[in-house]
Amino acid sequence: MKEIVVLSGKGGTGKTSIVGSLAALADKKVLADCDVDAADLHLLLKPRVKQETEFWSGQLAHIDPDKCTQCGLCQDLCRFDAIRDFEVDPVSCEGCGFCSHICPAEAITMKENLSGHWFISDTRYGPLVHARLGIAQENSGKLVAQVRQQARQIAGERNLDCIISDGPPGIGCPVISSLSGASLALLVTEPTLSGIHDLERVLGVCRHFGIPAVVCINKHDINEENSRRIEDYCLKQGIGVAARIPFDNAVTEAMVRGVPVVEYSDGGVSLEIEKLWRNIAGRLAAN
Amino acid sequence: MIISVASGKGGTGKTLVSTNLALSLKDSHKVMLLDCDVEEPNAHVFLRPAITGSEAVLIPVPRIDEEKCTRCGKCAEVCAYNAIAVLGDHVLTFSQLCHGCGACSYLCPEKAISEEPREMGLVEWGQADGLEFVHGKLTVGEAMAPPIIRKVKEHYNSDGVVIIDVPPGTSCPVVEAVKGSDFCLLVTEPTPFGLNDLVLAVETVRELNIPFGIVLNRAGVGDAGVEEYCRKENIPVLLTIPLDTEIARLYSKGVPLVEGMPEWKDSFVQLFDRIGEMVDERNRSLKR
Repeated sequence: MKEIVVLSGKGGTGKTSIVGSLAALADKKVLADCDVDAADLHLLLKPRVKQETEFWSGQLAHIDPDKCTQCGLCQDLCRFDAIRDFEVDPVSCEGCGFCSHICPAEAITMKENLSGHWFISDTRYGPLVHARLGIAQENSGKLVAQVRQQARQIAGERNLDCIISDGPPGIGCPVISSLSGASLALLVTEPTLSGIHDLERVLGVCRHFGIPAVVCINKHDINEENSRRIEDYCLKQGIGVAARIPFDNAVTEAMVRGVPVVEYSDGGVSLEIEKLWRNIAGRLAAN
Repeated sequence: MIISVASGKGGTGKTLVSTNLALSLKDSHKVMLLDCDVEEPNAHVFLRPAITGSEAVLIPVPRIDEEKCTRCGKCAEVCAYNAIAVLGDHVLTFSQLCHGCGACSYLCPEKAISEEPREMGLVEWGQADGLEFVHGKLTVGEAMAPPIIRKVKEHYNSDGVVIIDVPPGTSCPVVEAVKGSDFCLLVTEPTPFGLNDLVLAVETVRELNIPFGIVLNRAGVGDAGVEEYCRKENIPVLLTIPLDTEIARLYSKGVPLVEGMPEWKDSFVQLFDRIGEMVDERNRSLKR
């Protein structure tokens, strides 16, 4: 089984629009939305939710005011400044439990925290595993790991060849959780200085974890000079550029209609995404 | 006055708004820009600051003194992050998982655990054309952004205008960057993805109880969903920036909008004035 994860470093470069189209092009796959913070893939794939599961993760300290003697030891020792006036700030509490171990009055207990939900759904394009992290919650990396584990299980049960994951922006915890152990990272960039800077960092993460990567330049014609810079950079780094997708309002128009752009337009965008998928499929078959 | 610039969805124009707001105010106010998008900081691309200082962000991780350690397993039992394991005769530490809470060293009955610093990122500061500039950079391969964000925010100075560039999303790094702000600008675009993630961002700032308003970027694409939502929820749209090839071209080259198209400066000054009015109004209503 192969697992492709789509990343970008910088947000808004077109990851989800591309994953939506790959969903329409690829055969025998499971789709996974690993951007659990701000998931959008469902807006293109229109899932029918078959199973919804609560995601309990992490813990929060809770002080029993009847037992608390206000000695202040917990406030002194908490390194996250999460206890003020003998009350726990749930936003700052990292759930380490230090306070619960040291409270001389045994007034502090750790309570499990409902931090989100994950879903198994059917779509026109095959099964989708997606999730919703609760507002202002931690542990997005663990929820991503849960989404990927479910996607792998479904792929195994239904004898599907590959998993296509829509990844989160950035390079931190949820990105690392989306990437670890994947077969290939597709890095979607745009020809802006910010896009290039962020591509370099996310490529660094792929290297750090030994995941092969391939680049796709989206909206390549908004700045041809920068697009050439990206190609030169990729050449030097030995990373393939699998596609150069032109800017086209059809991408947004398709999003407004809630369909993948390859099903909406026959133009250059769709041709290039088809080329991208052939390139990726070739790479997956080869390794 | 602390103004954070957040979005939910990535790539909607947070850095565009935060850098241009800072540049538009710098002649009339003391302005500081804190780039808290430590996973992918980009404000420096536009502001080109002269960096004058830097500091490593360190997290204290455990070091076990094998001589004193009796393999009792207390440390592994209290670690909430599975960063310590006792396997037979060995104590293994996984410093990448450690949050630096200090429970293991404090609770070790043999006092066999000391703490040593591990570098997970960098904070740099300097000047950019009359602005004070601070940003943080998470080291590539590291997972935890919040400690870097906390370190960037230690550079606050309260007597001027502080503008915070927030990472995308709605989870812990966003909360860490936004909390303590007087006002939060939410930058969005008029598309279904923009709307979906705006709703999440609105829930986040409401949870934090911070007054907020919208900047609508790339107006003219997509649909009317965002505007309808804002009307229904009574959320003010404080600035609208159209989809414009010249604006996109300047952005792609790393040229600030108010440098390439100086006529935009007034719009950002007016945006700041509106924010000031909204913050004053709220402070008055809180006093009542």
